[in-house]
Amino acid sequence: MIEHRHALEDLLFRMADDALIYGHRNSEWTGLAPILEEDIAFSSIAQDKLGHALALYRMLADMGHAQPDTLAFTRNEREFRCCQLVELPTQDYAVALMRHALFDIAEQIRYEMLESSAFRPLAELARKVRGEIKYHVFHATSWLRMLGSNGTDESRARMQAALDMLFPYALGIFEPSRYDEELSTSGIFPGEAELQHRWLDEIVPVLENSGYRVPSLDAVEPVYGGRSGYHSEHLGPLLDEMTAVFRLDPDAEW
Amino acid sequence: MSRTVTLQSLDPRVSRLEIAAEQEPFEGVPEGSHLQTFEVFHQAKSGARHIHVGSIHAPNAEMAMVFAKEQYARRSQCVNLWVVKSSEIIAFSPDDADLFATTPDKDYRDASGYKVMQKILAWKQRLQQEQSQSQQSQP
Repeated sequence: MIEHRHALEDLLFRMADDALIYGHRNSEWTGLAPILEEDIAFSSIAQDKLGHALALYRMLADMGHAQPDTLAFTRNEREFRCCQLVELPTQDYAVALMRHALFDIAEQIRYEMLESSAFRPLAELARKVRGEIKYHVFHATSWLRMLGSNGTDESRARMQAALDMLFPYALGIFEPSRYDEELSTSGIFPGEAELQHRWLDEIVPVLENSGYRVPSLDAVEPVYGGRSGYHSEHLGPLLDEMTAVFRLDPDAEW
Repeated sequence: MSRTVTLQSLDPRVSRLEIAAEQEPFEGVPEGSHLQTFEVFHQAKSGARHIHVGSIHAPNAEMAMVFAKEQYARRSQCVNLWVVKSSEIIAFSPDDADLFATTPDKDYRDASGYKVMQKILAWKQRLQQEQSQSQQSQP
């Protein structure tokens, strides 16, 4: 894999940063989610995502990068490769749940594609997390139905507003990478365009069957930039908060 | 709702609510309108029995599954869960506890009532004696 090192690193950083930032954002609901049972479930999912981030940073460390904690807590905003979708703060639980569905269905398909990756550590990770992500999607789609087709006028309206706001950001997950071609021909990953195609095939019927209107693709401008280090105004404050304890004593043993 | 006779409770906060003593019969919670209680049964490995591990609040059966997974299966080994609406459990009334009152007296129905171990030990001892005797009698 040494000949495709840059392409592989780019993919790993994009995935790891997504998982870390998304996991951190969702963990903000710990103690605040609407009911106790949901609080436990959503926190547990957030913790799973941090686990995925750790596994991916470890692969980078094995390739000669710094240790996972250093990668997670000492890089600056411009060095992060996460999409802007995962950075957005969620003051409304409807936004948290809608993002959960949009993002985790993309994650499920991405890891499915990676199960046959030529980069073995990724293929092994993909097989390992399959069950976890299946639960994440089950959790997300159950809520979609609960608050959509089985919901009230208010719940449907709030979820629809969240979908309309988030959809351009969700398309930003699949921001084209200059390594897409190389990743695809080397058998590491079929590429973001292919992923977006499969995601749309999956997410559109899920949303429609749950009682939502999917925004027309022609009318939506995808929010790109995250994959090349250009982020929303929300990532900086998030990093400040996330790294505050680490910065107190970077050499502390945990 | 009649307000003439109100519910008197030992808790003054309940009495102050002036709840009518006679209530309409409870018709149950309509599906999806409010959280209901579900009982959760946990299966540790394939083929093992499902064991009741507790209850959970959820608006419907699907959400009960979603919650039960993290609530009761995020730590220990698990291959399957059942959730059952608590209201669908058929149970004896607590008033009927006297049905079971004399059961502890009937230890003759308990396998441990039989003193089998003594018989086994006696048999093993006899067997050993016989073996040592037959060894001694050999030339």
